[in-house]
Amino acid sequence: MAFKHKPLTTKLVFIALAMFGFGFALVPLYDVFCDLTGLNGKTASTAASADAAIVDTSREVVIEFIARPNKQMPWVFEPEVTRMTVHPGEIHITNYLAQNPTSRLIVGQAVPSVSPGQAALYFHKIECFCFTQQRLAGGKDMLMPLQFYVDPALPRQFSTITLSYTLYDVTSASTDLTATSSQLGE
Amino acid sequence: MTKTRSLRWSLPTLLLAASANAADMPLNMTKGVTEISQRVYHLHMTIFWICCVIGAVVFGIMFWSIVRHRKARGVQPAQFHESTKVEILWTAIPVLILILMAIPATKTLIAMEDTTEADVTVVVTGSQWKWHYKYLEHDVEFYSLLATQKEQIANRFAKGENYLLEVDRPLVLPTGKKVRFLMTSDDVIHSWWVPAFAVKKDANPGFINEAWTRIDEPGIYRGQCAELCGKDHGYMPIVVIAKEPAEFDKWLAGEAERIAKAKAEEQELLAMNMSLEELMSVGERTYTAYCAACHQPSGEGLPGIFPALKGSSIALNDKPAHIDIVLHGRAGTAMQAYAKQLSLKEIAAVITYERNAWGNSTGELVQAADVHAVMQGKGE
Amino acid sequence: MSAVVTDHEHDHEHHDHKPSGIKRWFYTTNHKDIGTMYLVFALIMFFIGGTMAMVIRAELFQPGMQFVEPNFFNQMTTVHGLIMVFGAVMPAFTGLANWMIPMMIGAPDMALPRMNNWSFWILPFAFLILLISLFLPGGGPNFGWTFYAPLSTKYSGDSTALFVFSVHIMGISSIMGAINVIVTIFNLRAPGMTWMKMPLFVWTWLITAFLLIMVMPVLAGAVTMVLTDKYFGTSFFDAAGGGDPVLFQHIFWFFGHPEVYIMILPAFGIVSSIVPTFARKPLFGYASMVYATSSIALLSFLVWAHHMFTTGMPVFAELFFMYCTMLIAVPTGVKVFNWVATMWRGAMTFEVPMMFALAFIVLFTIGGFSGLMLAITPADFQYHDTYFVVAHFHYVLVTGAVFSIIAAAYYWLPKWTGHMYDEKLGQWHFWCSLISVNLLFFPMHFVGLAGMPRRIPDYALQFADFNAFISIGGFLFGASQLIFVWVLVKCARGGEKATAQVWEGAEGLEWEVPSPAPYHTFETPPVIK
Repeated sequence: MAFKHKPLTTKLVFIALAMFGFGFALVPLYDVFCDLTGLNGKTASTAASADAAIVDTSREVVIEFIARPNKQMPWVFEPEVTRMTVHPGEIHITNYLAQNPTSRLIVGQAVPSVSPGQAALYFHKIECFCFTQQRLAGGKDMLMPLQFYVDPALPRQFSTITLSYTLYDVTSASTDLTATSSQLGE
Repeated sequence: MTKTRSLRWSLPTLLLAASANAADMPLNMTKGVTEISQRVYHLHMTIFWICCVIGAVVFGIMFWSIVRHRKARGVQPAQFHESTKVEILWTAIPVLILILMAIPATKTLIAMEDTTEADVTVVVTGSQWKWHYKYLEHDVEFYSLLATQKEQIANRFAKGENYLLEVDRPLVLPTGKKVRFLMTSDDVIHSWWVPAFAVKKDANPGFINEAWTRIDEPGIYRGQCAELCGKDHGYMPIVVIAKEPAEFDKWLAGEAERIAKAKAEEQELLAMNMSLEELMSVGERTYTAYCAACHQPSGEGLPGIFPALKGSSIALNDKPAHIDIVLHGRAGTAMQAYAKQLSLKEIAAVITYERNAWGNSTGELVQAADVHAVMQGKGE
Repeated sequence: MSAVVTDHEHDHEHHDHKPSGIKRWFYTTNHKDIGTMYLVFALIMFFIGGTMAMVIRAELFQPGMQFVEPNFFNQMTTVHGLIMVFGAVMPAFTGLANWMIPMMIGAPDMALPRMNNWSFWILPFAFLILLISLFLPGGGPNFGWTFYAPLSTKYSGDSTALFVFSVHIMGISSIMGAINVIVTIFNLRAPGMTWMKMPLFVWTWLITAFLLIMVMPVLAGAVTMVLTDKYFGTSFFDAAGGGDPVLFQHIFWFFGHPEVYIMILPAFGIVSSIVPTFARKPLFGYASMVYATSSIALLSFLVWAHHMFTTGMPVFAELFFMYCTMLIAVPTGVKVFNWVATMWRGAMTFEVPMMFALAFIVLFTIGGFSGLMLAITPADFQYHDTYFVVAHFHYVLVTGAVFSIIAAAYYWLPKWTGHMYDEKLGQWHFWCSLISVNLLFFPMHFVGLAGMPRRIPDYALQFADFNAFISIGGFLFGASQLIFVWVLVKCARGGEKATAQVWEGAEGLEWEVPSPAPYHTFETPPVIK
């Protein structure tokens, strides 16, 4: 009796297990989907190549820079300029100011988000402080550079691109901190 | 597009009015005060009426059948059980009706999502349980908190007209201009909703979302957070005051001046010492507004969620750590950094209060200068 | 599944005597016993979840905070949702499947009886864990039954691990139950019971079971990610670590929307059994019912993001999900039209099961209309997360799923107990429920349109009158269900003797065995005409 049911039962258990795996597969699939569609305004987390395309001087795009330390992040974190008008294809550099007002070392991670989401596909960062974690000792400040260009293929409907950074305190999760904190006697 | 003159939401139909026993509450979606909100309203009504007609036909046939085709009337049941013709018909007709619905819906949606060429941009940040507004091109930013007294919520005082829908500092916007909102959050997901503008957009931590509105009429518009965001989700209202552009500019300039002046005063304060009474009274007010939601008015917190301050070793002993936590928050917990939310005076007062209330009698005073020292990294 | 139960089982499986006392229920592998246990469990959970709803309605009776704290209020809404979905509606359907599917397809029992015993008996422990968590410091889950991250990860209480564990057990139970249903239907149909001869209840449950094994594991994945995000430092949903909180909603609703159909497809099957019986006329459009059910199930995998229009999606994605969602109205409409056509020119009588089935058709359709309105994205921005949504899903779940379960209980009670239920009391139960449920949920449409958000413990003064009204409806509806318990107890203990066919117009294998159905039925397969 039970023997008769084994093949089908095994198949169904396999489907269930595969779907459990699929739940986790949704995580990378989602990232791929976001990369393709610009859903959620995620930008690439690695550098784009610097050999940009031809500069399109026929139009201008306004880039807005927003910086927000998360509410648990004590750093002061501000863009040097809040607005910039660029031609698609031109390479620009802008800086963000970070200052750690506390007396301890804090590691920060900036998370970028671009709006409108689809424009994220055309916003290329050649160099960005958001690619890596940033470490700043207590009382110190620093300028963090961002080098970028806007893809000339940007659809005409986008005249403004907003780039927002949220800065998180990732000190406790940071891997290379152990040495430093023992040094500071914490 | 018809213009609504008053802020009162319209009473729609006889059908709906039949159950109208609460004169104060509108029974239908608001028409709102923007072109988009009115388009949404008309879309809503169109679909509502289509549903009513379909419902009347289907239920009509059903009730006719219930009345006529009952065994008690001595009828013999028919035995038919399919008809390809009828089945194709009642698949095709709904498809056509749906297409008719989809056309205006698509047009309205595309208009709603077009955030280009805005005149004013406001960054809206939700956090547990308040809103923060920042005018992007200006040096004006502030928090907006529920202004209803705790006593009203606890039924000790009579409830005011705008119970739970009033804030200490409303968002002020110009009429007739395209206002763009950039939504984000500092902790959990919130959702910024003002029905009169038909704007509801989630504020996601770490990401920005866009929405826009163009308000036709000056007035006061109220809304609420629409995404469950924890304990006090019901207590983070939104109030928007729409002013004529000239008045708006005047307000914005005044606000910038006020913020600059407050900063200058902070510097003077560093040299002054406040008395225990003054610190305790300012402290209690600040504590009630900012801290009591989590740590509770009794200072006992909520076990397992929010730690108690009463009898806590930090509040009794470690003064620099206490100041540091209030200023900079504690990563990985719900404790936020108040350095940018509160003035030096308020922070000094609230820490003094926490160190002297509920039997935490350290007798210690914390002055603005102490707070400033920790802020500058010299406190430890 | 386990050595503990196996030895006991073998002796009983093919003999017509049942073990006595409490052991019978612990060790039973009989589909009828397990079906009964599922149904009783669902009823108990319905009352526990209902009590929480009463707490919610008591607090919302007046503006201001009267009885509970906001944190406890949130725990009530969360656990009410979890219990009603996973503890009441789903086990009730599984109980009906256990009782009826073998009898409807001429099988002696479920295909995997020992697994059947397990899939039931882990369920009480899942809910015990969930309920215990309410009494821990910090309380139970308070982040809504949808447990959106990061509210359920970084910002949740200490009991979240218990919540996750409990959901895992519920999921395993459902998956085992679903596997059992599929194997039973595939392998144990009586000779001659071809696919297109199966009763619709069997068909809808087969499709439901496939939905269950497709999506319950995804839910298990979602809660696992919540667990590791909270306790083991992963960042699936935390932007600071490269994750995305909106991803959680995609995963959750990929499970959540098919879940909605899991809770309604068996109801379609029940109504499709009851209406022809009392109209004394064959079901209209049997084949189109099967196709409509299948297409609803398929479409349910393509519409999940309509729960998330306000999270900020590109326009083309919003349009895609809007169109797919609207499309679901077509097969759903076909079902309603078929039921009405079945009634047309029948010879109807209106016993309690028929009354509940008729109420189901009308009220579920109203829930369907509000669902269609919610599908329209621009309007959804105004409806989303308001009481309009609460009204919508209670119309499809209470007057939809729950009404169908009650109808099924009245319909098959004589078969289960061998006695007719008290028709008069049953009619009282029906009319009290019908009136109070509409007092309870209909005004919620207006409150929602007027702008009251859901999941708030306190509200602005303009909503006060309606909320008082709704609360009274709620208390009445709760009280009406006590009549149901009375009817059930009375019927179990005695009453007019039921015939094998019970209802004049009833057709199907389950009506060919005597009432009450013997402990073992169809040990030799019946002959299908």
